[in-house]
Amino acid sequence: MAELSGKYLVGVYDDDDTVLHAVPTLRKAGVKIQEVYSPFPIHGMDDALGHPRTRIGIAAFIFGVTGCCVALTLMIWTMGIDWPMIVGGKDSISLPNYIPITFELTVLFTAFGMVTTFFISNGLTPGAHNHERFDVRATDNKFVMAINLGRNSMSEDEISRALRDSGAEEVNIKQF
Amino acid sequence: MASAHSIPSIEERFEFTSGAKRNLIIGGAIGAALVVVGVYLAANGGGGHEAEATHGAVNAITGRAAGGHEAAEHHVSWLTRIWANLWVNAVYFTGISVVGMFFISYNYLAQAGWSTVFKRVPEAMPAFLPVMGIVMLAVFFLGGHDLFHWTHSEVYEVGGPEYDAVLAGKQGYLNTPFFVGRMIFYFVVWYWMWKKIRQFSLEEDQIGGTELYDKSIRLGTAFLVIFGVTSSTSAWDFVMSIDPHWFSTMFGWYTLASWHVAGLAVITLTVVMLRERGYLKAVNSSHLRDLGKFVFAFSIFWTYVWFAQFLLIYYANQPEEIIYFIERFRGHGSIFKAPFFITLFLNFFLPFLILMTRDSKFTHSILKVACWSVIIGHYMDFYTNIMPGSAGSTAGFGPLEWGFFIVFICGFVWSMATQLEKANLIPKHHPMLEESLHHDIA
Repeated sequence: MAELSGKYLVGVYDDDDTVLHAVPTLRKAGVKIQEVYSPFPIHGMDDALGHPRTRIGIAAFIFGVTGCCVALTLMIWTMGIDWPMIVGGKDSISLPNYIPITFELTVLFTAFGMVTTFFISNGLTPGAHNHERFDVRATDNKFVMAINLGRNSMSEDEISRALRDSGAEEVNIKQF
Repeated sequence: MASAHSIPSIEERFEFTSGAKRNLIIGGAIGAALVVVGVYLAANGGGGHEAEATHGAVNAITGRAAGGHEAAEHHVSWLTRIWANLWVNAVYFTGISVVGMFFISYNYLAQAGWSTVFKRVPEAMPAFLPVMGIVMLAVFFLGGHDLFHWTHSEVYEVGGPEYDAVLAGKQGYLNTPFFVGRMIFYFVVWYWMWKKIRQFSLEEDQIGGTELYDKSIRLGTAFLVIFGVTSSTSAWDFVMSIDPHWFSTMFGWYTLASWHVAGLAVITLTVVMLRERGYLKAVNSSHLRDLGKFVFAFSIFWTYVWFAQFLLIYYANQPEEIIYFIERFRGHGSIFKAPFFITLFLNFFLPFLILMTRDSKFTHSILKVACWSVIIGHYMDFYTNIMPGSAGSTAGFGPLEWGFFIVFICGFVWSMATQLEKANLIPKHHPMLEESLHHDIA
């Protein structure tokens, strides 16, 4: 989650294709784009913005391993150590019996862990102050490009002109 | 970014070079030589006859030749081993071949676009079916008595010393005429349907349009309905009836899972190898990733089915069911214990771990390792399913097994290469081709 402070230029586009083509044009011109917001995923936008690849996969693996260990520990402790039980004539610790629950808890931890991580890292937790809303129409019919002026060496006018040239129908200023 | 891709030419002719033919002949000859060495070793070394006691007990309960029976009737142990080996390979490669048809059929049914660009690869696979059909029929007629206990007429003689009430009860299904009829039916129908869909595909290359595409969808759907039944019944016939007392209601599904993932591994491996030889330039990393995902997902699916079958039997611990696993763990001097666990390792742990990350699914070297692991692993899977009940303690894993496997691989590759040569490598007038060329999953 990028911290939001300072002065922003917000370009509003009407068409996903326009914004997709505007991104490489602007980047080539030297504009550093912070993020593009759109009502739906735009295919190829990640590549165009040059964002680093998501690390959610690594998080998923860690959650999965945690779930696997929790399940095995729980069953081995309860069934084998704390109160040894023989079920169906098997040893009290018999791995094949534990596999279904291990599998389920691995999946459960991975799924919940990934969703939680995703929400936290995108500032979507309940009650979070959603200050990423540069333009509320980004949730409806507009495609919104946010440019942090503090991170750009180009002047406000230059960037504003570049935005309009690339097809933005409005350029607004947001101050946080 | 879709528009950033440059699409290479779609005019590609595969050439089955004389060098490749020579290599396949050499490979086949090496395989045949290994078979000869293996037969020599088996005939002179005498496959392990330890653990006859377990063997006898196992046989009594699985309903195969009882202990002692073997010496009297199974004339030559190495001959049985040859039949069993031929059967393992024939069943395996039949499955791989028919999965080619299965793959194109479900892609047609789903109107999938992404797979179009390498569609000729699965399309080339079922051409091997007639060869396999002939091998299987020949083995059944020549060595069927060694492989299938239910083919012995004395088990049906009421009051006779070999009378087997369970087998007598199954005689309505498990009898030679019906069995042979079913076998012929599978091969004829599978092959004929493939012939038709192949013909549509080649015609489409010439005339284009969507009429043949629509026809292929209907034909593919019909095949899926037929294969839904015949994949199960053929699994019972080819594999499960070797242990005729034992049964598992998951067996059809299980065998299909095994065939399917092996077929997907063959498709992926072929695509990778064609790319390395400069063909299929239009196949991009997204296609490879989807193929890698297919192999990854279905190796897990196979494991899931394998484990579901194992867990129920293990947990219930019913003698007539658990014997199947006891035999593989402890029977025949424990010679099947290693293949049993190697199967799990090659088919689950290895592909699961190495194909898990995103980039590994389009890295040629990793895909090749994973695909070979699955291809060899599922050979071992059929080996552990078929061998204990057929060759039993005369089985082994040596030059004989490797030799037959290599001979079958070379034959299969030959058949496939011949088919690939017959048409443009990319179906150039397929209605979904444009979508496939721009396949991009980012």
